[in-house]
Amino acid sequence: MAAVHDDHGHAHGHDHGHDEHEHHGPPSGFMRWATTTNHKDIGTMYLWFSFTMFLTGGVMALMIRAELFQPGMQLVEPEFFNQLTSMHGLIMVFGAIMPAFVGFANWQVPLMIGAPDMAFARMNNWSFWLLPPAALLLMGSFLAPGGAPAGGWTFYPPLSVQMGMGMDMMIFAVHILGASSIMGSINIITTIINMRAPGMSLMKMPLFVWTWLITAYLLVLVMPVLAGTVTMLLTDRHFGTSFFNAAGGGDPVMFQHIFWFFGHPEVYIMILPAFGIVSEIIPTFARKPLFGYSSMVYATASIAILSCIVWAHHMFTVGMPATAQLFFMYATMLIAIPTGVKVFNWTATMWRGSMTFETPMLFSIGFIFLFTIGGFSGVICALVPVDIQVQETYYVIAHFHYVLVSGALFGIFGGTYYWLPKWTGHMYDESLGKLHFWMSFLFFNVTFFVQHFLGLAGMPRRVPDYALQFADFNMISSIGAFGFGFSQLIFLYVIVKCIRGGEKAPSKPWEGSTTLEWELPSPLPYHTWATPPVVK
Amino acid sequence: MSLAQENTVVLKKLLVFTVVMFGFGFALVPFYEKICEVAGVNNLLQADTLTEPVKVDTSRWLTVELDANTVGLPWQFKPMQSSVRINPGELVEVMYEVRNTTDREMVGQAIPSYSPQLLARHLKKLECFCFSKQVLKPYEVRQMPVQFMVGTEIPIDVSVMTISYTFFELKNDTADNATKAQKI
Repeated sequence: MAAVHDDHGHAHGHDHGHDEHEHHGPPSGFMRWATTTNHKDIGTMYLWFSFTMFLTGGVMALMIRAELFQPGMQLVEPEFFNQLTSMHGLIMVFGAIMPAFVGFANWQVPLMIGAPDMAFARMNNWSFWLLPPAALLLMGSFLAPGGAPAGGWTFYPPLSVQMGMGMDMMIFAVHILGASSIMGSINIITTIINMRAPGMSLMKMPLFVWTWLITAYLLVLVMPVLAGTVTMLLTDRHFGTSFFNAAGGGDPVMFQHIFWFFGHPEVYIMILPAFGIVSEIIPTFARKPLFGYSSMVYATASIAILSCIVWAHHMFTVGMPATAQLFFMYATMLIAIPTGVKVFNWTATMWRGSMTFETPMLFSIGFIFLFTIGGFSGVICALVPVDIQVQETYYVIAHFHYVLVSGALFGIFGGTYYWLPKWTGHMYDESLGKLHFWMSFLFFNVTFFVQHFLGLAGMPRRVPDYALQFADFNMISSIGAFGFGFSQLIFLYVIVKCIRGGEKAPSKPWEGSTTLEWELPSPLPYHTWATPPVVK
Repeated sequence: MSLAQENTVVLKKLLVFTVVMFGFGFALVPFYEKICEVAGVNNLLQADTLTEPVKVDTSRWLTVELDANTVGLPWQFKPMQSSVRINPGELVEVMYEVRNTTDREMVGQAIPSYSPQLLARHLKKLECFCFSKQVLKPYEVRQMPVQFMVGTEIPIDVSVMTISYTFFELKNDTADNATKAQKI
């Protein structure tokens, strides 16, 4: 996106941005990106970083699926296979999904609330520039003696206490990523609380801003706990403490409790902003206001609160008392209620709307359809007797890919297509966008739907080989995975093509859109809302 | 107050909150131990007591296999017999032998493990070397008893079970760790 911003940064620099500080356009080349404090530049860097990590994690997923194409050991060593599954998870969670949403927040939150920039512009720059070193540290662990972490993305002890240096590199990477997330969240919260345009009360905020406000609070709530967990792991490994080491009176099960105290809110951190994006897109293309705005806000808040008291449903089989199992089971099932409210409201928004099906809308409808399937399999996994059966099987893999790929990732795709004309000033190629959607939708289901059957039949996760009866479904799943992977190259092509040129985007390319950013010209000038709009 | 000042106020509050949550992560450790203690989970290292006499079920025979391992300490550790045949409800005593093969004094702690898992619920241990840390002088050999009973309630389909002990070394602040281990 460099070309676009350079051009327009200079072109519009004369019209805007004189007022608050002396301004002679951003420096050019690498220093521009290294030193920028502009929320749009930083948002762009977040999104490209996330896309790079998405492709990296995707290549790992394809190596996993290539090995699982046929039974028997073909391509990789089992140790390396375990590194691949662990690193795929870590990279997709911390490198791809989370930074992508922070990128959206950087671009959209100031635009949508009428603020000139983020509250702490310099800290915003630091938050981003912490990410590349963390990613290098994480990826560099492949070169460490003993290889990358191979104990799963959840790095349970005792494995993670015993592993080689790669685990230490991961621990430091998580520390850095956590610091970045916390700084980013503090920035977002402060911006939303203090810098809304006059007249924009909390209950007038666009839903994307609401979901990010709640997500940011969840992040400052649980990321420090994750930092604490990995710190305990580090001191157990090197400084003779015994938090998780049974020999010294510690308890590996306690790790799971503390990890999932972070880990369960984390899965909502990865889905709430997608809820927000979809809640912007659906009203636009249904040409109706969002149905039940306030219930959407309360549902989001309820999901966030409930997400903090359900963590032990990830560990029903560790041997906890039946009372605890029942508590966590019912609490988990309770989350289906606010989530159901949301799905109902999206559907009701579309009801009798004059709908059109541009790419963002297709991804949003695909999101509702497939995320709901993932939600249902989640309710199934929440049932203790069923969970004991499907624990650590491909059923769980299928479940969380339905909520994270067709949930979080489809939300990111939809949002990218939705705001791309505003960001670049060009319309994207609609037919290629639709092709990207249909290919992703088709191959996603080919990959993951069959994994429900594999899981119910008992195929364990994180194992590079499998019994012969699983062969057919695995082959189908692998074909789907390669189809899904290559479909993402269409996405890359559409974005690059859109940045380079294309039909000129009007300031309001979607006629049903109502939020503040569409009152600004496309492409956006380098500085916006120097004079805040007044919201009635 | 200017916007920058207002922003700084929010920043400070959130930073304090972040630090508190970092501490909360560590506070979960004693909290967890307390919960386990109250709920009676995880009391592997406490002796059981028999409150009333148990009737031995002579109609059933169980095979209890005995297993011994060490992790990271140069001790030889083995049961004196590899398995015992007992009746449910019968109080038995078995012996383990441990040998320090080094010329320095070492401290170890044995951690039990049961198979199948449900054995943990039916096993009553009145005496065990795993209830305390073991300090072995250079080349010392020690025989240590385990006194236990398998409850008569054990499901009918379980006839073979394993009791396993693993010795870990307690390094550095050994006294501290050993008391911590005993507490659990």
